[in-house]
Amino acid sequence: MPDMDQTIQFVVNGTRHQVDAEPERTLLTVLRDELDLTGTKYGCGEGQCGACTVLIDGAPARSCQTRVAAMGGRKITTIEGLEEHGRLHPLQEAFLEVEAMQCGYCTAGMILSGVALLRKNANPDEAAITQAMQGNVCRCGTYPRIVAAVRIAARKGARA
Amino acid sequence: MIPFEPERYELLAGPAYNFPFDRRGFFKSLGGGIVVASFLATANAQESGGGRRGGQSAPKEISAWLHIDRNGAVTAYTGKVEVGQNARTSLTQAVAEELGAPMSAIEMVMGDTARTPFDMGTFGSMTTPQMIPQLRKAAAAARQLLPAGEWKAIDFSKIDESGVFNRGNGSATEAVMKPTAKWAVLGTSPHKVHGRDMVTGKHRYTTDVKLPGMLYGRILRPERFNGKLVSLDASAAKRMAGVTVVEDGSFVGVVASTTSAASSALAALKAEWNAPAQTSSKTLFSDLRQTRGGSGGGRGGGGRGGTETGSVDKAMAEADKKLERTYTVAYIAHAPLEPRAAVASWSGDKLTVWTGTQRPFGVRSELAQSFHIPEENIRVIMPDTGSGYGGKHTGEAAIEAARLAKAAGKPVKLVWTREEEFTWAYFRPAGVIDVRSAVDKNGRLTAWEFHNYNSGTSAINTLYDVPNKKIEFHPVDAPLRSGSYRGLAGTANHFARECHMDEMAALAGVEPLEFRLRNLKDDRLRAVLQAAAEKFGWGKGNFGIAGGFEKGSYVATCAEVRVEAGKPARVVRVVQAYECGAVVNPDQLRNQNEGAVIMGLGGALFEAISFDNGKILNPHFARYRVPRFRDVPKIEIVLVDRKDLPSAGAGETPIMTLAPAIANAIFAATGERLRSMPMFPAGDAQPSQGGSAAVF
Repeated sequence: MPDMDQTIQFVVNGTRHQVDAEPERTLLTVLRDELDLTGTKYGCGEGQCGACTVLIDGAPARSCQTRVAAMGGRKITTIEGLEEHGRLHPLQEAFLEVEAMQCGYCTAGMILSGVALLRKNANPDEAAITQAMQGNVCRCGTYPRIVAAVRIAARKGARA
Repeated sequence: MIPFEPERYELLAGPAYNFPFDRRGFFKSLGGGIVVASFLATANAQESGGGRRGGQSAPKEISAWLHIDRNGAVTAYTGKVEVGQNARTSLTQAVAEELGAPMSAIEMVMGDTARTPFDMGTFGSMTTPQMIPQLRKAAAAARQLLPAGEWKAIDFSKIDESGVFNRGNGSATEAVMKPTAKWAVLGTSPHKVHGRDMVTGKHRYTTDVKLPGMLYGRILRPERFNGKLVSLDASAAKRMAGVTVVEDGSFVGVVASTTSAASSALAALKAEWNAPAQTSSKTLFSDLRQTRGGSGGGRGGGGRGGTETGSVDKAMAEADKKLERTYTVAYIAHAPLEPRAAVASWSGDKLTVWTGTQRPFGVRSELAQSFHIPEENIRVIMPDTGSGYGGKHTGEAAIEAARLAKAAGKPVKLVWTREEEFTWAYFRPAGVIDVRSAVDKNGRLTAWEFHNYNSGTSAINTLYDVPNKKIEFHPVDAPLRSGSYRGLAGTANHFARECHMDEMAALAGVEPLEFRLRNLKDDRLRAVLQAAAEKFGWGKGNFGIAGGFEKGSYVATCAEVRVEAGKPARVVRVVQAYECGAVVNPDQLRNQNEGAVIMGLGGALFEAISFDNGKILNPHFARYRVPRFRDVPKIEIVLVDRKDLPSAGAGETPIMTLAPAIANAIFAATGERLRSMPMFPAGDAQPSQGGSAAVF
């Protein structure tokens, strides 16, 4: 049985949390079930669809493949943490502007993958976007609109 | 028209009966407000329900559809659901148009069996042709009972319930809807009404619903299809803290306080299964032929539909040029990104279930049957859901969650894993289609014979003019559980028909577009073919074209491919023209078309379910390839807006003509005919390619 006293601390969207760190727990289930941050989605549990993408210290990661025990001291950003002072991130705004979604289930993972890309590359071309986001599935097929949204956000100078 | 039965794969298992709409409870739940107490002179027949299920009809009370509170906020009600097709937005537009209220003042309540009028379900592209007129009528009638003037200037707080709103009480109100030419909200492109909740992660899908004290469930699945449980050792799981093991005949599940604890408990169950030997996808297409005349798992019987016009045999015997070919379509999965899921909560013998389903009232009926309780004790709520594509008609997850919750005495959430979703959902039916046809020396079709084994009847008829034709559907004993899929068999039937038309064009020595137009009188199909060709710059090249009609919509697709030796062809450019009457929301219609083209790439090029002896061999995204960013061609959509025609739904038909356009482009580029979907199967144990020798 896991040692129930073993806990880790990490920061999610600027708020410090202390959670149990049993070895089988993934960051995804802790975010969703324990912290009730359900914007991060379960899509496959296998790291193949990108619906669970979050930022760990600014880098995109599949939270379904990330053990929470490894998150001590890390800074996590989820979709709920992108909005600042009631203002959407430019990529969130761009998704709305070009309607880059249908069912919306992939949207959080897409936006976080896009935000991570824009932090590394302020002006990605279509090939760079495709390359960076190849691991994210939109089953409704809104990919061209997602590419357009990332480019709009880049033009508007997405803040870091 | 050939009298085919309604598409058997729609899974129209509706409730045997339905309880009257409880308006008293309904208004109590609203907390008062203004009652638009009048009746519509006419209400639309309940969509896709009526005839077959003993005359379910849409309520005539305006108040069943609309409620206006004392601040002028409007709530509209529909049993339709939102699965990404943007019905929430288009229906809001419909209400805003006729009521004169801003869209921001209108909230749609959708797919909640306790609050919305009965509805058979969201399928068949019926929301636009039936629910939009229904809500427009209700809103137009309500508007006629309100004081004249701008919405914002009406002082709703001063309206007496016994006053102006009741003016029509007891008598019918004739709704006068705005003519299409005067549309100011319909026909425009407002954004998705709940879009902000999607980009901020605030929207709660079924998988996000959380109730106080809620536990998490997992289900034990047989190792193979049709497996029977021989023995179960649950002792280790039962020893785990906070775990409940639920055994009820062949149903075995576990409940625990977290997702991971439930998974650990499931892994601790030791089960032995016994399953019969079962067939493989390697022999799929010969199996489908050999079981011709089987029950087909639905309303079975022998070959059906298909009246013969003229004499195909005679025309074939006399033909100048003729051809027989076979086309095949593999099983594919919907793979909605949100898997099937449900949250169930019991209170005594009353049950509430949140679940992502296209048929909330149908799921209520399934629950009533499963738990032997009346439907009035059950409420099914459908949160806007992470897509369905025809794959979420049934209520397995709801029943499973409810069974676990009943045993646990607490609310339970059940989310199917991706592997469960790929295995225990149902598939788009595989099919074999035999076509033979003939042309005369003027390049005119003289004979057309079309036999569809298993995949279905949707869009099976041809719009091309041919004097001698025979078209039949053959149900078979299919190896996998099949059901609805976006466009149903429309994609398979268009693939066979439009590839074969291309083969006949080549045989006749006529250019493919000209060949189609020469054999086609239907003006609307001609119009989309010409619109697509014009935008595409049709002519010589690695180009393919295909056109068709289904569910009130006309579609034509031009595709360009790039071919390199030793590699699968790559689709580099697609132009699709679409006509569905008066366009309700142009941008969202474009979005549906773009999305259908991209989803259609998967079924056309590489999606196929592999199975062997009762197991799915590729139940993961790593082994079942779906379209991704890199697969996307340049896509242009041409909307042919016919404001003189009623609006048809457009969630399905846009997927139907991509595959044949690609196959025809590959022929133009290489001279090679690909007659199987997918054209470039990836992964192991794929169905063998269909032969070209037709069997009649």
